Amino acid sequence: MNPSSTTGSQLGQPNTTAIFFFLLFVGVTLAITYWAARKTKTTSEFFAAGGGVSALQNGFALAGDYMSAASFLGIAGLVALSGFDGLIYSVGWLVGWPVVTFLIAEPLRNLGKYTFADVVAYRLQQTPVRLSAALGTLTVVSFYLIAQMVGAGNLIHLLFGLSYEVAVVIVGGVMILYVLFGGMIATTWVQIVKAVLLLAGASALAGAVLYRFGFSPVALFDEASRQYGAQVLAPGTLVSNPVETVSLGLALMFGTAGLPHILMRFYTVPDAKAARSSVFYATGLIGYFYLVTFILGFGAAVLVGRQAITGMDKGGNMAAPMLAEVVGGTGFLGFISAVAFATILAVVAGLTLSGAAALSHDLWSSVVRKGQAPEHEQLKVARLASLFLGVLAVVLGVVFKGQNVAFMVGLAFAIAASANFPALLLSMAWQRFTTNGAVASMLTGSVSAVLLIFLSPTVQIDLLKNTTALFPLKNPGIITMPLAFFVGIAVSLLFPEKESSERFAEVKHRMHVGAGKPAVAPVAQVPSVSPGAAPRPTATKA
Amino acid sequence: MSEPSRNDALEALAASRWRVAAALTVATLVAYFGFILLVAFNKPLMGQQLVPGLSVGIVLGAVVIVTAWALTGIYMLWANGKYDRALSQLRR
Repeated sequence: MNPSSTTGSQLGQPNTTAIFFFLLFVGVTLAITYWAARKTKTTSEFFAAGGGVSALQNGFALAGDYMSAASFLGIAGLVALSGFDGLIYSVGWLVGWPVVTFLIAEPLRNLGKYTFADVVAYRLQQTPVRLSAALGTLTVVSFYLIAQMVGAGNLIHLLFGLSYEVAVVIVGGVMILYVLFGGMIATTWVQIVKAVLLLAGASALAGAVLYRFGFSPVALFDEASRQYGAQVLAPGTLVSNPVETVSLGLALMFGTAGLPHILMRFYTVPDAKAARSSVFYATGLIGYFYLVTFILGFGAAVLVGRQAITGMDKGGNMAAPMLAEVVGGTGFLGFISAVAFATILAVVAGLTLSGAAALSHDLWSSVVRKGQAPEHEQLKVARLASLFLGVLAVVLGVVFKGQNVAFMVGLAFAIAASANFPALLLSMAWQRFTTNGAVASMLTGSVSAVLLIFLSPTVQIDLLKNTTALFPLKNPGIITMPLAFFVGIAVSLLFPEKESSERFAEVKHRMHVGAGKPAVAPVAQVPSVSPGAAPRPTATKA
Repeated sequence: MSEPSRNDALEALAASRWRVAAALTVATLVAYFGFILLVAFNKPLMGQQLVPGLSVGIVLGAVVIVTAWALTGIYMLWANGKYDRALSQLRR
């Protein structure tokens, strides 16, 4: 069982199977987009697929939204190169999902309409809350998008031999078509198709690996420890600093519950019951996927060999495609490459849509037009925002070419955990939460997270090549998340807001009893108040 | 007429949901950070092989992933069953 030589690999060359499968995927998804475009006539259809997605469909779409190329190729590579340590990441990426189920999914579904800002702003003053929530959303989305686009460019360059810029433009262009014309209906189906392909591809690959070991993962792990030493089965250097690890863990765990593109998916299902069921399906699919990825990583280490993997890409990102070629030949390599490409498309489409929702629903419709924008105008702004973000993603992808942007995903999670999650939780669970408290919490969370990452060793030492970093941790979650909670609570207590606490009963009622039909928009009930304008209509109290 | 008692019942139900949600969140936290802290502070234990090829760490990592899913399932069963039934009775 010697590592096979990979000289003569088809990797990095235009591969007919890969191109065929990729064109097939794009063709099918564009057909879906065409179908979806004809059904997308309202903002509810554009942002929430009209609330008509079933729990199982949404489970697959959530999984498709979350399982990025980074988790597929990156974790397989990490496991291939460092063994057990990759599993620590897999566990971390998964444990946010129960938290989403327990604390967020159904209240969000019952209180909101398109964005998580709907929930935070429900009983608070619309303008300041939506402005700060949109800032948090757009920051998270931008960092996540940059990381995806740069990753996409590199991967496709490695897989297909296309130039980086061409790859970024293809990804951006196809993604814009999905979002612009098909909205959430098309995006949902792109994510479902991608999730099925990714799960099937990873399972087939794992099956082909395990076939050589009598379908025993343990025999595979044993072979790996024979080749690379027993330490591949034990924790290595990844966790050297416990404080650092807990900090990263907090960001991963609560960041998932603050990712705008994930939260947005809960508005696509008809009710709270479907919302919770969909997270259960998603958690199972994602957990299974990570376990399979672990097998792929060990399979690549044993069957491809670490040297060959790092020879192709230092970061190990090519471990899974190379494994596919070794166990299944060029055709299988082509299929896995096409799946990786499809994976990126689905994730960037979801991200762009959530950014567009923040721009058009939170900023334009609620802040600029104070809830007075007619339907056709909202839809037009939503499409313009999607186009704008899609083009921006391509531009940023090209601008950041060659940069090491892996830290940006961690940053996105840290901001989501610090800026979005505390305000979201406090607005649902704490009666005395106020407008000032929400704004202070969201701003503190986003600013402190960005600032501390800038001062962290990741940026100062790895990126800027300084010798020291002012802030010792790579991930600031352990500081910034408690800080955002503390500031939100302190400011709320210092500046009480009578109206907000009076309206908490309404929040509680609605949060549990639910919105009923998805078409019932909370915005219609929440008077959109501008500071200094006429007092709130008291219909809800009368 | 029965408005106050209906509200009280709803409050109690809401409180029970937060309690269940909080308990399960704590369980997830304990499972995850238990795993991470073992990785951080007891590397020899995590590297110990139960049978050749299967270390304690790999087993525990897989267990945390399955536990996370199972806890989600427990919540879903409770909420889709008991909680929703109580809620739909109150709604009437």
